[in-house]
Amino acid sequence: MKPEDQSTEFQRKGLEKQTDTTRVLDVGFLGFTLLLAIGAGAVLFWIIAQTALEALPAIQQFGFGFLFEATWNPVTTTYGVLPQIYGTLMTSFIALLIAIPLGIGTAIFLTEDFAPKWVTTPIAFLIELIVSIPSVVLGLWGIFVLVPVVRPFFRFLNDILGWMPFFEGTARSNNLLIVGMVLSIMIVPIIISITRSTFEVLPSDLRTGSLALGATRWETILRVLIPAGLSGIISSIMLALGRAMGETMVAAMMVGNANRFNLSLIEPGSTITGLIASQFGEAGRTQVAALMYGALVLMILSLVVNILSELIIRRFQNIE
Amino acid sequence: MAKRNRKPSLASEGDNFDISNQKMNPQRRITGNVLTILSMVFAAAIVAPLLWVLFSVFERGVDALVFPDIFTKLPPPPGLAEGGFGHAIVGTLMVLGVAISIAVPVGVLAAIYLAEFGRGTRLAYFVKFSANVLSGIPAIMCGLFAYSIVVRRFGSFSAFSGGVALAVLMLPYIIRATEEALLLVPNEMRLAARGIGATQFQTITQIVLPAALTSIVTGVVLATARAAGEAAPLLFTAFNNTYWSTSVWEPTATMPVLIYFFSIMPYQASQSLAWAASLVLLAMVMTFSILARLLTRKKKF
Repeated sequence: MKPEDQSTEFQRKGLEKQTDTTRVLDVGFLGFTLLLAIGAGAVLFWIIAQTALEALPAIQQFGFGFLFEATWNPVTTTYGVLPQIYGTLMTSFIALLIAIPLGIGTAIFLTEDFAPKWVTTPIAFLIELIVSIPSVVLGLWGIFVLVPVVRPFFRFLNDILGWMPFFEGTARSNNLLIVGMVLSIMIVPIIISITRSTFEVLPSDLRTGSLALGATRWETILRVLIPAGLSGIISSIMLALGRAMGETMVAAMMVGNANRFNLSLIEPGSTITGLIASQFGEAGRTQVAALMYGALVLMILSLVVNILSELIIRRFQNIE
Repeated sequence: MAKRNRKPSLASEGDNFDISNQKMNPQRRITGNVLTILSMVFAAAIVAPLLWVLFSVFERGVDALVFPDIFTKLPPPPGLAEGGFGHAIVGTLMVLGVAISIAVPVGVLAAIYLAEFGRGTRLAYFVKFSANVLSGIPAIMCGLFAYSIVVRRFGSFSAFSGGVALAVLMLPYIIRATEEALLLVPNEMRLAARGIGATQFQTITQIVLPAALTSIVTGVVLATARAAGEAAPLLFTAFNNTYWSTSVWEPTATMPVLIYFFSIMPYQASQSLAWAASLVLLAMVMTFSILARLLTRKKKF
């Protein structure tokens, strides 16, 4: 046998040996990870399908009227989520109204060299800490610390603006406005962090160009940087909106869970998440189905918001 | 030439800037100054509630923590003082244990597929998209999901079902963190391992995974810290228990749910226990997330 043959023979044997044990291991590993990747991707659809399945009896019974019915009465089995949809959208809207200017303003302050690094770094770190405060702790703080402080403010709103349907009635501690306020604390870090990273990746030519043309810092920020980073800012707002709509504990603890429709922001209201949290425990069969229907409505709302923001981020990344 | 690559500073880039500022039309200057002050006020307005929350929780929690038995005893009957929430601490650890042992293997292995085998494929795009959307869905949905697939089937609230709910919550974070960690491992390490005859399985498990381990652990710790504070998914799964739970198949008290139930009770003693539990929970969660952040800062290849 020639030495060449010997070496290829040796190589072939070596490879064969691998085939027996390690090849199986390799293929098996690939297959296993593939399976879990598909599984992980499918969880989202499983959740949607499972919720829809649970909601099916209620969907059949109440149809689309469920969305426009304003009573939730287990005794007469009349169920509708109009007040809850209103409450969910309104609290999220209030939260965004507070969080958007604060968030974008702070993001600008942190990225555009208004203060030295030793000032901005701890501030950025502190803001990130808000994310790790459990929402139930924020709710507890809201009930016992924030409410006594802002209650006079609710009365004041009622005195001054009581002629508007949004501020009429008797001011109470538990209402849509206070939930919106606490939610804004929770969502501000999302807006800040995404807006910040958007500003950080903007090409520096934009800044130099604008400054060279004689624009001031703020003219550069308002007329060049914000329009250029708009898709990033919008997607941060969408993500924050999704978080605000789905937040449960603050709503369950502070919204008041009123079961009738009420436009007022300073009287007890209700949100979809608050309704589910407060009623699920004692719910009978039909009521569970109705609550699942409500959850499905919430899920669809939050999916629309989430997928939109995801698509905006993707588009933005492609430009980069 | 090196200076050209620097991000141009909008602040006082030399004195020239200030001089042009002075010549400027006063209205533009005033607008700018007003906006500058406004942005500073905004930044302060965001830090203020955070410090306020931390301060309140510390102040009110410390008062209640003086009972020495708080970590070992069961909560008192409604209205009475004295007692603790030892069962909820144990319960939280049980639920988190179940959640970690489901979410970590699934998340890490799925991310291995995304980073090592399926880079750039349609499937990887779909899984990432789905995981991102999943991380944005309301946490309460994870609870309803676990209720519907576990509690219904076994007929009882349980620590296990709570673990399933939190695992769903943690999964997208673990996938994302692991994938990013694996992508940071330089390709030369994989080529070198394959070059000396390692199989793909050996390369991944013995070279790539150990190299990425710190970042993966960081991701897991952050996901756990986030899950530890969630009450909503546990309301319909682990539910609550006023006694020690001895098995994962029983209803189990957890810290967030305990805080929720105690905060809406009209008794002073319950409320002060809620503050004490908040302090313990907050300390736990913050320690985790600060530790995780410190860990990542050092990691560089």
